[in-house]
Amino acid sequence: MTNHGAVLTALADPTRRAIFERLASSPSAVGDLARQLPVSRPAVSQHLKVLKSAGLVTDHADGTRRIYSVDSAGVGAIRDYFEQFWQQSLARFKAAASQPTREDT
Amino acid sequence: MTTQVQETSVTTQTVVDAPIDHAFRVFTDGIGSWWDPGHHILEAELAEMVFEPRVGGHIIDRGTDGSECRWARVLAYDPPSRVCFSWDINLRWQLETDPAKTSEIEVTFTEDGPQRTRVVLTHSHLDRHGEGWEAMRDAVGSGWTLDRFAEVAARGTRDG
Repeated sequence: MTNHGAVLTALADPTRRAIFERLASSPSAVGDLARQLPVSRPAVSQHLKVLKSAGLVTDHADGTRRIYSVDSAGVGAIRDYFEQFWQQSLARFKAAASQPTREDT
Repeated sequence: MTTQVQETSVTTQTVVDAPIDHAFRVFTDGIGSWWDPGHHILEAELAEMVFEPRVGGHIIDRGTDGSECRWARVLAYDPPSRVCFSWDINLRWQLETDPAKTSEIEVTFTEDGPQRTRVVLTHSHLDRHGEGWEAMRDAVGSGWTLDRFAEVAARGTRDG
């Protein structure tokens, strides 16, 4: 179950976004990610923790390594996306369509 | 504005301080006045948007280089109360040509007083976009989605 606010916060950080994008193309271990990005191993671990608690990333053991991948379980992600998309869009629509009420002046 | 989520659809609504005719017109004919100009799948920058006011018409994005993208088919057009259109974009942000794999958006306009209109938008059949929901992995990996997420997050998650 993804938490909406947590998802947004997790992806607001450019490094976490970069990590998430890497994981979207291929599941990786912490070390793989640290090699690919200008970030230390502990920093990668910290970012993964945030992504995981937001429900965006999941992990499993592979021998002694822990492999992280994007959690695609459920409809949550796409619904979250469109929910946010249409909320933003309708807010813009409301602003464009609303007319000043003359009685208020 | 409130939002509720069902199994494979999302519903969002808002109330506009304008008569129903005006609200409908701004949503359709005036789509370019409120649509986020960063939201398109053209190669070029978005120059204009056209909402063809008839069933069988399209919502068309035109780029500054003259390119066009017909990303929605108008499925219902009943001014001033209802409009439906398809979402012919797949989760990789490419045009989807198979209607069986597209989702649908219904927008209803209801008078809520002479100067107020309630607008309810439902985006349904979201499940048609995925072989399972696996395709979302690619979608969330694309820049458009994440940039949007980031932008939204930066602005805070107010629900208007």
